[in-house]
Amino acid sequence: MTSLPDKTDKKLGLVIDLDTCVGCQACVTNCKEWNTGGHMAPLTDLNAYAAEADGVWFNRVHTYEVTGSSACGASTSRTMHFPRSCLHCEKPDCVTVCPTGASYKRTSDGIVLVNEDLCIGCKLCSWACPYGAREFDVFEGVMKKCTLCVDRIYNENLPEEDRVPACVATCPTGARHFGDLGDPNSAVSKLVAERGGVDLMPEMGYAPTNKYLPPRPRKDTATSVPAKELTPVAATGFLGWVDKLLSR
Amino acid sequence: MHPAFSVIFFTTASGAGYGMLATLGFYAGHDALPQNVWFSITSMVVALGLVTAGLLSSTFHLGHPERAWRAFSQWRTSWLSREGVAALLAYIPACAFGLAWVFPALEWPARILGPLMIPFALGTLFTTAMIYRSLKTIHAWHNKWVVPCYLVLGPMTGAVFVLALSAGFGVTLKFLAAFSGALLAAGLVVKWLYWTFIDSTSAASTPATATGLSGTGPAVDVKSVEWPHTEANYVMKEMGFAVARKHAQKLRGIAIWLGFMVPAILIESSVMLPLPQLSFLAIPAAVLMAVGIVVERWLFFAQARHVVTLFYGAKSA
Ligand code: SF4
Ligand code: SF4
Repeated sequence: MTSLPDKTDKKLGLVIDLDTCVGCQACVTNCKEWNTGGHMAPLTDLNAYAAEADGVWFNRVHTYEVTGSSACGASTSRTMHFPRSCLHCEKPDCVTVCPTGASYKRTSDGIVLVNEDLCIGCKLCSWACPYGAREFDVFEGVMKKCTLCVDRIYNENLPEEDRVPACVATCPTGARHFGDLGDPNSAVSKLVAERGGVDLMPEMGYAPTNKYLPPRPRKDTATSVPAKELTPVAATGFLGWVDKLLSR
Repeated sequence: MHPAFSVIFFTTASGAGYGMLATLGFYAGHDALPQNVWFSITSMVVALGLVTAGLLSSTFHLGHPERAWRAFSQWRTSWLSREGVAALLAYIPACAFGLAWVFPALEWPARILGPLMIPFALGTLFTTAMIYRSLKTIHAWHNKWVVPCYLVLGPMTGAVFVLALSAGFGVTLKFLAAFSGALLAAGLVVKWLYWTFIDSTSAASTPATATGLSGTGPAVDVKSVEWPHTEANYVMKEMGFAVARKHAQKLRGIAIWLGFMVPAILIESSVMLPLPQLSFLAIPAAVLMAVGIVVERWLFFAQARHVVTLFYGAKSA
C-alpha cells in the first residue's frame, strides 16, 4: 500500500556527522559489498571496467567547498564531505506516487522499501525523491534503494555488534550513527539535540528521518595559552653536592 | 529532466486523442455531428488510435511492461495509477459513442453518450497533468500553469485534428474553425504564462538547503568540487538533463510558430476566404501543429530542472 502510515512505532535512521566525515568512501564500498548480496540484490554494474561505467549504488559521497566568513570577516572556508543516501522520510512522495504499491513505508520501524516483484520500473518514485536516493537497475528493470540494511539490523545470525547498517559498521571515523530517532532518549536523538542536527531540504516537506550534524563552527582566532614560568629546583643528595660544588 | 521519446509521444498523442473525443462529444451533444460514415469511422479510429498508441508507448519505457496492469491498484494516492484507471474508464463511453455514431440507427444515444464522454476525456487529461503537477521536486512542473496547459492543449490539438478530418471528408462542423482558432489562441496564452512563470521563478531549495547548511549562522556558499562518481549515474542521466538556454529560446520560437501561430493563421484564412478548396488548409495546419506541440512537449521535459541537481553543482533548480 502506498498510503503512508500516520505514525510508525520506531523511526530507525542514520545520523551523519559532517564534521567528522573524511570522504574516504568506505561506507559506499561496504554498502555496495553487502547489498549486492542482500535484500535488493544484485546492485548491477554495467561496463564496470570500461569507459562509461554505470551501476546501482545506495550511497554516494560528494565533496563540497563551503565558503563563508566569520563575524570579523575572516574566511571560514572548508572542504566538506557529504554522504547522500535514502533518508527514510516520514512523508515521502516516492511512496505515494508509486502506481503499483511496490514502494512502501513500514509501520513498525519507518523503513522505506521497494518490493521488486511488484515494481514495473516506471521510475516515477525516483522523480519524486528530492535526494536522488533511488537508482534504477536497467538490467533488472526495477527500482532499487537503500534498505537501511533490514537484512542486517534484525539478523540474529550476526553477532550483536554487527546488527547495524553496513555503512555504519565500516565508517573508520565514526561519522555515521544508527538508531531510533523516534525515541528522544536514544543515543542518536541525544546526539542530534546536542549538535543541532538538521534536515536536508526541509522546505520540501518530506520530513526526513536521517539527520545531518553540520560541521562545528570554525574558530577564527587561536586561544592564547601562556607557557608556565620556570621554577628553581632544589637539588638534594649527590646532585645537591655537585650543585654546591659548582656554585662555589 | 530527460526528455524520453515514449513519454513525449504519449502525452501529445493521448492529449490529441482525448481532445478529439471531447470535441466530437461536444458536437454530438448539440446534434451538430454530420452523419458521414467514413468521417465518423475515421475520426473514431484516429481518436481511439491516438489514445491507445499513447498508452502503449508509455508502457514501453517501463522496466517490466508485462506487469503494467499492477499500475491500476494504487489510485488512492498515485496520480499515475489514477491516470491508468481514468484512461481505462474513458474507453467505455468512447467506444459506446463510437458505435452509436457510426450506426445511424443509434442516433439518439450518440446525443447522450457524446457529452457523457467529455468529462471522461478531460478527466484523463487532468490526471496526466496532475502526475507532473504533484511532483514537488520539479519547479517547472509543480506550479499552477501545468494543469491549464494540459487541459487547453489537449482539446486544442483535438479540435484541429477533427477540423482537418472534416475538411478531408468534405463535411462541415459549424463554427469548428473559429472554435479551433480560439483554442489555439488560448493555448498560446497559457503556454506563454507558463514560460514566463518558469523563467522568472525557481525552486526554494538551494545548494545550502540541500546540504543542510542554510541555517548555520552567516550565509554560506556551497560549491560542488567533486562528484561521487566520475561517469554519469542513473540520477544524472534521468534528472540532470539540461538544454542550453539559447537552444531553448530557439525551440520555443519553433513551438510558438508551428504549434500555435501558423495553424491559427492557416485555419482563419480558410474561414475568411470562403473558397471550398481552402478548407484543405486545415490539413497542413494540423500537421504543423503536431510538430510544434511535440517540440513544446520536449521542452516541457528538457527545461524542467530537478532539485537533485543542486547536489551536483546546480546553483538553483
Ligand atoms: S530519501 Fe528519497 S527515496 Fe528515501 S524516503 Fe525520502 S523521498 Fe523516499
Ligand atoms: S519504479 Fe517501481 S517502485 Fe518506483 S514508482 Fe514505479 S512501480 Fe513504484
